[in-house]
Amino acid sequence: MAEKKQTVPFRGTPEQEQKLREIIAAHKEEKGALMPVLQQAQEVYGYLPIEVQQIIAEGLGVSLAEVYGVVTFYSQFSLYPKGQYKISVCLGTACYVKGAGAVFDKLTQKLNIKSGECTPDGKFSLEACRCIGACGLAPVMTVNDEVYGKLTPDDVEEILSKYN
Amino acid sequence: MDKVNLKINGMPVSVPQGYTILQAAREAGIDIPTLCYLKDINEIGACRICMVEVKGAKSLVTACVYPVNEGMEVFTNTPKVLNARKTNLELVLSTHDKKCLSCVRSGDCELQRLCKEYGVEDESRFAGENQHYDIDDSAAHMYRDNNKCILCRRCVAACKMNQGVAVIGPNERGQATHIGCAFETPLGETNCVSCGQCIVVCPTGALSEKDQTDEVLAAIADPNKFVVVQTAPSVRVTLGEAFDMPIGTNVEGKMVAALRRLGFDKVFDTDFGADLTIMEEANEFVERVKNGGKLPIITSCSPGWVKFCEHFYPEFLDNLSSCKSPQQMFGAITKTYYAQKMGIDPKDIFCVSIMPCTAKKFEVDREDQSAAGVPDVDVALTTRELARMIKRAGLMFQNLPDEEFDAPLGESTGAAVIFGATGGVMEAALRTAVETLTGESLPKVDFTEVRGTDGIKEATYNVGGMEVKAAVCSGLANARTLLDRIKNGEANYHIVEVMACPGGCVNGGGQPTQPASVRNFVDLKALRAKALYQMDADMPLRKSHENPAIKEVYENFLEKPGSHKAHEILHTSYVARPKY
Repeated sequence: MAEKKQTVPFRGTPEQEQKLREIIAAHKEEKGALMPVLQQAQEVYGYLPIEVQQIIAEGLGVSLAEVYGVVTFYSQFSLYPKGQYKISVCLGTACYVKGAGAVFDKLTQKLNIKSGECTPDGKFSLEACRCIGACGLAPVMTVNDEVYGKLTPDDVEEILSKYN
Repeated sequence: MDKVNLKINGMPVSVPQGYTILQAAREAGIDIPTLCYLKDINEIGACRICMVEVKGAKSLVTACVYPVNEGMEVFTNTPKVLNARKTNLELVLSTHDKKCLSCVRSGDCELQRLCKEYGVEDESRFAGENQHYDIDDSAAHMYRDNNKCILCRRCVAACKMNQGVAVIGPNERGQATHIGCAFETPLGETNCVSCGQCIVVCPTGALSEKDQTDEVLAAIADPNKFVVVQTAPSVRVTLGEAFDMPIGTNVEGKMVAALRRLGFDKVFDTDFGADLTIMEEANEFVERVKNGGKLPIITSCSPGWVKFCEHFYPEFLDNLSSCKSPQQMFGAITKTYYAQKMGIDPKDIFCVSIMPCTAKKFEVDREDQSAAGVPDVDVALTTRELARMIKRAGLMFQNLPDEEFDAPLGESTGAAVIFGATGGVMEAALRTAVETLTGESLPKVDFTEVRGTDGIKEATYNVGGMEVKAAVCSGLANARTLLDRIKNGEANYHIVEVMACPGGCVNGGGQPTQPASVRNFVDLKALRAKALYQMDADMPLRKSHENPAIKEVYENFLEKPGSHKAHEILHTSYVARPKY
């Protein structure tokens, strides 16, 4: 059976919501209002969770399915916040040929999230990036500002444990 | 209107300005294939199957959205065109699971038919990495198998444009694009109203009703079960389509014969339930008018509409008639009155309904629908499932004799049979309500103002000195328009009929599928409705309160419409449901 997407518990503030409602009011009468509203909403919240999308759907008089369709179509929009620890795995050419793909897969397995997602406890977010200029250390990943090089999939567990 | 002259395959054609090449070709007797195009609601030129050559154009164009011009020369069957269509079909197939042998739509799949017509030889020509999707079986009424989906978006269009629900849409992009609900929520947990309009427009087997024919066969085979079947008004004018009969053929007699041969113990008629509904609903209307009750009263026969109201317009729940739908009234009276009369334990009665509707599958499991302590109706089958049972049983439908329903729950009037078309419930209710309010016999029973396939119809009748304002709508997008008008005080009515599906039950989500080549050019709902109105005109009794079997039920069991007992057995309640 199909499964509903799980996201991180919503921690929006009344101030953010107030801001969002102002954005919606400013664009409501425009044709094609959805895109600018989504862009500005993401600036306010950092991402576009279901709670935010519902307010937008309601405010613009479109269905939630339509809003979600647009959000998932454009890579500029994210359904997930950045985690407390932001993991980026370089999938640029040098890292990729040195086996970054396997490291990335191991991370998705261990964290049980896909690229662009965040763990439900808000701790780790995972994304693939392109070259970070450390090809000599390939394959490379970063956790916030910390750089880890010459990785193998077996290193993943130990690195994650440092942040748990 | 200005005409445009063009040539199609060298033959001169003259068509009104604004026509597309697809429409112009149709006038010239040429059927250009389409997969995504649905007239008025899905004109997106996405599937690229309708490609044609236009002299002077730099590439092939999509006939479905390309307007004709004066002097245009179109070619619909050159090798270039035929090859392009074939290649496009092969590309469509590259992400299709191609399990035709076990597919519910095998034989009436539009993709399968085109592949055959265009001579696709290698269905795996463009094999590559594919997404695999889990089947969504969360809803009571249907399956979504995205492995068979070709992303034509016809379901999305039906849901949004006709029904104003828009619970599904294209999610993600590129290879990952798939049709689903927001946040991939399983359909059964959403505000889907179960109307099934997505299923009847799906060209492939990606969407299908939950087939419950095996449950019915098992009940029939069980010697301890007394299996009763009821058939909705509209099924008798659509079932024939599944056996290659013309659209709008009345097959009531053959349908009854088929059901009897399938082994049902009694073949009854939902029309009886419809007459009963009118007795209760007309009474409820009269009571509300007399006692200052909530108006407008809004009909509650259509479970897709009821669920829509619960999700999107809960402020109108008190306006809904408390009457159960004809299907449920029929089941309730079968398991109370009929069970008592025949000395059968209601627990041993298995009530099957044949419905034009997928929302009926949801309705049977609703709360407050078990008058005898067991569900009023056990299984609701769609017209399509009945056709499947008949075929599987080897019954040669066209050769069956015409037979009649069993008594007493097979007796009905013309008022009941028109329940299957938009405006029918209103007309039937008026026939009874007017006579009740005035105490006089109607000189003419036809309320033609509320007939026809328009999405919203209005009429005012003078009933015994009182002006009764009536409105009828079908298609939930139209219901939205009408309810918003009422809400904003722009319109007011005494009585409103809403049917979820455009045109009413004749065009229901459980009806036989018709390919786009028919759907786009033939007014299905009008042809099917015409057959119902003809039946009504031919019936000796045309008012629900004149049905002798109904009179007997009230005399011997229910006492009178709206009695305490009638309320316990025939009425129900509603709940507000989440908007998202």
